[in-house]
Amino acid sequence: MPGLEVENLHVRIENKKILHGITLNVEYGSIHAIMGPNGSGKSSLAYTIMGRESYEVEEGDIRLDGESLLDLPTEERALKGIYMALQDPPQVPGVRLSTLMIAAINKKLGNLDLTRVKDPSIVKKMYKYAEELNLSRDILQREINVGFSGGEKKRSELLQALVLEPKVIILDEPDSGLDIDGVKKVANILKELKAEGKAIMLITHYARMFKYVTPDIVTVIIDGKIAVQGGPEVANLVEEKGYAYIRQRFFKR
Amino acid sequence: MAEQAVRIREDILKGADSPDLLGWLDKPYKAEIELRGKITRSLVEEISRIKKEPDWMRRLRLRSLELFYKLPMPKWIVGIEEIDLDVLSHYVKPEAQTTDEWQDLPEQMRRYYEKLGLPELEAKFLAGLVAVYDSETVYARMKEYLRRKGVIVLPLEEAVQKYPDLVKKYFLRVFPPSDHKFAALHGALWSGGTFIYVPPGVKVREPIESFFLIGRQGEGQFEHSLIVADEGSYVHWIEGCSAPRFVGYSFHNGMVEAYAHRNATVKITTIQNWSRNVINFNNKRGIAEEGARVDWVEGSIGSRMTYVYPSTILKGDNSSTRSVVVTLSKGPYLKDSGSKVIHVGANTKSKIVNKSISAEGGVNVYRGIVRIVRGAKNANAHVECDSLILDGKSKAHTFPHNQVDEPTASVSHEAKTGRLSEQQLFYLTSRGLTDDEAKSLIVLGFLDEIMTELPIEYANVLHRVIQLEFSELGAVG
Ligand SMILES: Nc1ncnc2c1ncn2[C@@H]1O[C@H](COP(=O)(O)OP(=O)(O)OP(=O)(O)O)[C@@H](O)[C@H]1O
Ligand SMILES: [Mg+2]
Repeated sequence: MPGLEVENLHVRIENKKILHGITLNVEYGSIHAIMGPNGSGKSSLAYTIMGRESYEVEEGDIRLDGESLLDLPTEERALKGIYMALQDPPQVPGVRLSTLMIAAINKKLGNLDLTRVKDPSIVKKMYKYAEELNLSRDILQREINVGFSGGEKKRSELLQALVLEPKVIILDEPDSGLDIDGVKKVANILKELKAEGKAIMLITHYARMFKYVTPDIVTVIIDGKIAVQGGPEVANLVEEKGYAYIRQRFFKR
Repeated sequence: MAEQAVRIREDILKGADSPDLLGWLDKPYKAEIELRGKITRSLVEEISRIKKEPDWMRRLRLRSLELFYKLPMPKWIVGIEEIDLDVLSHYVKPEAQTTDEWQDLPEQMRRYYEKLGLPELEAKFLAGLVAVYDSETVYARMKEYLRRKGVIVLPLEEAVQKYPDLVKKYFLRVFPPSDHKFAALHGALWSGGTFIYVPPGVKVREPIESFFLIGRQGEGQFEHSLIVADEGSYVHWIEGCSAPRFVGYSFHNGMVEAYAHRNATVKITTIQNWSRNVINFNNKRGIAEEGARVDWVEGSIGSRMTYVYPSTILKGDNSSTRSVVVTLSKGPYLKDSGSKVIHVGANTKSKIVNKSISAEGGVNVYRGIVRIVRGAKNANAHVECDSLILDGKSKAHTFPHNQVDEPTASVSHEAKTGRLSEQQLFYLTSRGLTDDEAKSLIVLGFLDEIMTELPIEYANVLHRVIQLEFSELGAVG
């Protein structure tokens, strides 16, 4: 089973070309780390996979289990099993975190009334994972990201991934802003998710998380292009030498 | 069965094309009398004659008519050119007598109310129910225990005959016809409506509902409701409005007058979901005596244009009011609303909450007034205006107006405008929701605190109506 495939992806936002031919696979039961300096196009890649408006695919393809996603709106990509934990998720005043998760589950199950809890076990599930992530229960009743701390936002993104049970999980810098215990926690959860067979795309600047969870593949993106792709040793190279070195070594001129 | 009744009731509240209703729409219920055309003295006299009114009421109508001729068109009204008053049916008496037994209603009409779920709602939840069809009350009843306590729930016409002194004391005195041209027109043409009187100390724990239905196009509906709560009493009155969809427009120009005597409480809840061709004009005012309270909750969903400004005069010391108005303009429609409070007594308190939702080119205008007259010592007013704008085509305007002539008084005002951003919409759709589903979640969240104030049955209806508005089914023109 192929999982998520990105092939020769060229992306433009308005008049600015951001991705120049990205090719990579995220297989089930594996972790594919995406690294790169600020502004290199990591988040843009994730948004394009989710089909966000204004990220225009000029060339190439994105496939899930062999099927192209390009013609599908964002919600249908989500329903096919792709989940994205945002780097900086927006506040959504008025909508409680639990309400969103309940609506997303009802939608997936085809229940018409999105706000009603049909099966109380989902509430238990939310509590269980909140606890696992060291989130207090009342965060579920708070408005999404309103007044959440940086760490709470990251954890709430991961909480949704656990509750919604997607097949492919894209995590855009789940570690930034987390304390060391938080980083370990996230790494452990990723290990479990991998063991369950999820396809995980992990975007991060730093290799510090890789002390606790080893990626199967590491791809470094610089200026919207792949600089280097390889095993965990690529992450070590980045950590030791920095992006400037990588840029020089892998991009001529 | 109950489920179905609720569903159909929602359909009707929505003005949707339920096949059950279309059958009914083919032939509007037969009218026994229909008066249409120019608004003249003889038209007004004719209405009064049909109702066999006492002379004082006839004269009150004619005086209102004079005012209607004299008063200028209010400047704040837009879109009124569409209303050609001279071609409307100003009085439509359906072929039915007022009854207090559902089974006495003509079969077609009874079945219609059954589909709306009204008899069931009445039995389970209401202390009394008045159903107005076109211009006349066709059903009125209250529970026996209230009759024993001396509570009066009657069609206003019947109250005029049976309790003239009581009616005279309040009728068009809380809201004088001289206020503006449409109040005057209402005074001249009023028909149908509810009279409620609660004796001193009686607390009516279950709500009383009046349900108004416009049954044909080109109709003007001018129902009048008068709610009087005597000293220390309590009453909650619910107003439901509906009209199936017609080709032409209809005009609604109703009035509500509420009077809360010393230490009494009157609560008024309106859920308005007229169809998209009703031009809705609503005149609402309450007076609170010492220690009394008048509360308004207005949910204005339907209609093409709505003008509604629930107003309270805090006449007595320590009286208070809370006015919550929710308006939704989804599509090329207008809601012009705003609560008004006049503080006269000392230590009076008011809270105004206005929430508007604009989508798909909809426009909401808030035009509230807080006036604190000299001598209203330590009066306190708080105004909150929240606007939610769901796309770039839609608008919300806020024109609060405060006039404070008392130095010890305080007025605070909070205004917030939330615009749904592309990022928020992307976020919610990335969890599997369509744009419309995402919007309905945001709207329901925006209204959350208000939903909790509505009786559960009505909160449920409102909840589902909003979900429907933001579903494909709701995308009606
Ligand atoms: N909506 C947009 N309009 C214009 N330019 C954009 C937009 N979104 C991203 N960009 C630009 O695209 C480039 C890639 O941005 P992106 O957010 O994908 O980088 P990133 O690798 O995720 O960076 P970081 O590590 O800082 O999160 C940047 O130059 C950014 O300014
Ligand atoms: Mg980024």
